[in-house]
Amino acid sequence: MRFMFKTDYEDDIKLFPHGGYIVTYGVLLAFLVVAPFILSSYLVSQLVFVFIYATVGVGLMILTGFTGQASLGHAAFLAIGAYTAAYLQQYNVPFPVYFLVAGVLTGAVGAMVGFPALRLQGIYLVIATISFAFIIEEILARWESVTHGNEGMRVKALQFLGTTVSRDSPSFYFLCLAVLTLTIVGTLNLLRSPTGRAFVAIRDSETAARSMGVNVSLYKVKSFAISAAITGFAGVLFAHKLSFISPEMFTLQLSIEFIIVILIGGAFSPHGAVLGAIFIVMIDPFLTYLKDDVPGMIAAVAATFGAGAATAAKIQSNVAAFASANGLKGAIYGVIIVLFVLFEPLGLYGRWLKIKLFFQLFPLYKRATFKRQKIYVKSERNR
Amino acid sequence: MLDFVQQLVSGIALGCVYGLIALGFVLVYKATEVVNFAQGDLMMLGGFFAFTFIGVLGLNYWIGFAGAVVAMALFGMLAERVVVRPILGYPQFSIIMATIGLGYFLRSIAGIIWGTDDLKIETPFSQGVLRIGSLVLAYDKLSVIAATIILCAMLYLFFNRTTLGTAMRASSENMLAAYYMGIPVKRVVSIVWAISAAVATAAGVLLAPITFIHSTVGLVLGLKAFPAAVLGGFGSIPGAVVGGVLIGVIESMAGFYLPQGWKDVAPYVVLLMVLLLKPEGLFGHHARKKV
Repeated sequence: MRFMFKTDYEDDIKLFPHGGYIVTYGVLLAFLVVAPFILSSYLVSQLVFVFIYATVGVGLMILTGFTGQASLGHAAFLAIGAYTAAYLQQYNVPFPVYFLVAGVLTGAVGAMVGFPALRLQGIYLVIATISFAFIIEEILARWESVTHGNEGMRVKALQFLGTTVSRDSPSFYFLCLAVLTLTIVGTLNLLRSPTGRAFVAIRDSETAARSMGVNVSLYKVKSFAISAAITGFAGVLFAHKLSFISPEMFTLQLSIEFIIVILIGGAFSPHGAVLGAIFIVMIDPFLTYLKDDVPGMIAAVAATFGAGAATAAKIQSNVAAFASANGLKGAIYGVIIVLFVLFEPLGLYGRWLKIKLFFQLFPLYKRATFKRQKIYVKSERNR
Repeated sequence: MLDFVQQLVSGIALGCVYGLIALGFVLVYKATEVVNFAQGDLMMLGGFFAFTFIGVLGLNYWIGFAGAVVAMALFGMLAERVVVRPILGYPQFSIIMATIGLGYFLRSIAGIIWGTDDLKIETPFSQGVLRIGSLVLAYDKLSVIAATIILCAMLYLFFNRTTLGTAMRASSENMLAAYYMGIPVKRVVSIVWAISAAVATAAGVLLAPITFIHSTVGLVLGLKAFPAAVLGGFGSIPGAVVGGVLIGVIESMAGFYLPQGWKDVAPYVVLLMVLLLKPEGLFGHHARKKV
């Protein structure tokens, strides 16, 4: 049991509240540094996707989780970043330059989306961001002189300091890891700053924030710009990892996946983005596993419980048919989203915090600590 | 000129389709302030139910239609009970996500049960066209326009003239106060989901000859109907239909007069511009929160 006495505001905003944090994150970082040398190349590749998704997740979290502005258009920001990289690469622009240009350009577009979004609330904002994403998707498909339309664009391997960094090399892995780490540390620092506090204030109550002198419009636009810029950086990595991009990759489906990342991970902490990214990236291999191995296992279990060989084979083929049914992925997505919204709105990280608190306070844990307040009184229309 | 009129009329017919689906969005929003992203998928499911009753079981068209409407109304109540009721009173975005999840689930389940082929229902309106001068209008499109007008009028009267409708509007404004006034809020919400699923089914069955039934039809049309509802101002029943018709006409005109590619984007461009100028939509009411 550790007691933390805070005597100063500086104590409250420390990045590492106590030494334990340094140990845990140090161990995690050490593991991630050696990971590409001990894990299989498949797992390393999946980890790279986790990093990219987590970076987008953190970016989206700044907007949705901390500023309270929903967005279902982040795939478009990712697309702008990816296409900027692919386009500039054709003219032999060095990597650091087009990496930064992609981020800045996406951030600028984000700010441009932020301005009209200032007057929009809730559902209107959601539909506005969806519309924006549709328009970007269509532009990518039609502006053939730049984007090659629906044929897509090939992205060459990354050139840095005269060496070629292939998309499966450990160097690329470390690049993605570095971008994610910088993003997370940057976000944590942002949240400790007046800007971050203004974001959270806007999320909790726009009216109250305005009364306290927060320039709501300015901070909303800032939040859009920062969130978009981070997504743009991730877009560059995404383009390099896939080595081929085309407009149909950046659909509403992808935007929804990003929302799922922070919904399942927990939208109130960068931990959530990472956990959610692991979930989203791992669901495909998991389904493959379900398809290949589980029917046999179930049949084996049935056989041990006395089912005949014929029955076991029948069970196996039935389960296999179900597991490989087209669109099972959608059903699993759907069920998982609904279950998380209903039972664990704080996401995986929220669950972890609850378990941790349970043991810290044992036997004094009370469920009400994390209870959300239901509001039946106010209508979101009037605000 | 004739081209223009023909485009206008077919745009209106298309717009009524969007309007019909948008009505479902608006109903649920008006009564419970919940945005149901699975509305299009309810429509898709209704179409499949009707296909099962009419195409597979061989029932009469109208009996199958009614059966599908009743079955979907029950299904709507079930969906409300399982997915929406536990999170009533939470921020809107939770509910949006929950209904997106529900939509995913329904789409893939429908794909697993009914397959991924386009299905068709034989309807009394499938064949035949109406000719006015040199204008040509297919009966199936006329049936959609007629149904939209009838349903819109009925729902408008229902919300503004009946006790239940008033109760629904009251519980949307302030659930707690409505409850104190003796309105059974839970039952009201349940009923409105039943009605909205029934309206969606009607849309699904009427659209079957035009768009066919497949598991993603709800998503595709839902994404067009959604801007329609927003354009009309999310809480207004006539607004939904006007918004739908506007979107339909814009789409059809853009497809005819503008270069390729504009057809799909034009509705969204117009929507963004309208939201910029009038953030609460064309018919929405604007209210400020009092502190």
